Amino acid sequence: MHIPDGFLDLSTAASTYAVSAAGVGIGLRQVGKKLGERQVPVMGVMGAFIFAAQMLNFPIAGGTSGHLIGAALAAVLLGPWAAAIVMSCVLIIQSLLFQDGGLGALGANVLNMALVAPFVAYFFYRAIRWLVPGQKAAFWAAFVGAWTSVVAASSLCALELAVSGTSSAKVALPAMIGIHALIGLGEGAVTVAVLSVVAATRRELLEPQRASA
Amino acid sequence: MKKVQWWQLALLVSLAVALLSPLASASPDGLEKVAEDKGFLEKAREPVFEVIPDYIFPGLHNETVATMLAGFLGTLLLFAVVSGVAYLARSRRRV
Repeated sequence: MHIPDGFLDLSTAASTYAVSAAGVGIGLRQVGKKLGERQVPVMGVMGAFIFAAQMLNFPIAGGTSGHLIGAALAAVLLGPWAAAIVMSCVLIIQSLLFQDGGLGALGANVLNMALVAPFVAYFFYRAIRWLVPGQKAAFWAAFVGAWTSVVAASSLCALELAVSGTSSAKVALPAMIGIHALIGLGEGAVTVAVLSVVAATRRELLEPQRASA
Repeated sequence: MKKVQWWQLALLVSLAVALLSPLASASPDGLEKVAEDKGFLEKAREPVFEVIPDYIFPGLHNETVATMLAGFLGTLLLFAVVSGVAYLARSRRRV
């Protein structure tokens, strides 16, 4: 759901830039404080994997495709602030080099996919793990977090379009949520699949708090 | 022999995923589809400059190879950039 240039008005573009810049600034400080030395290449690989996976659009119903966002995967493995930094790097390079997501809309795209998505995913992941202990529940928690992060990001995207006068909220919100409720199932499935591979090969990554402590 | 690190394997897997990119669905994504259906797709403006538009490395005749190359280079670049940002964010705390 990379917003191209032209969909947002100036004030929406500018205010989302401001919020995102502040969020990324806090994120960098958090990462600097909490990231372990051994987590540096893991963060780099996360960025590499998410970029690659975002290229693989999968078909969903009705001549539409979706692709992984990756915010939930990064949030579960690295925590929400590190995930925000990884996602921001992906979005900035996609916009600058690959013309995927407009330069003027970068603030909004970062807000939706690099800030809101990882925090929503992380909140649901943690809440469900707290409510239901056990390894199996962890995967379900990740699935729910992933699905919710996609739907939340798409809702915010629809609201930004509405505030910009591009489409009314009454039209954009149900349309965006409807289609991303399906794409979110793909996000959840891929997130759980990748997490189970990680769990089988490097279990301690599933406990970022413990690993970095 | 030096033990292969987990992240090194994970990077190889990521590069392999990037090489699969020509198999991706070409259908519009969620936002593009909504914009098309609801009649505001024409509001999208062309980018002010283009480097590697549509994930197709310019100057190559074979589009499959051009997509694979764009994906491969982008994946390597993201590894370098994110590792660099993480490294710098960590080193700044000692200053």
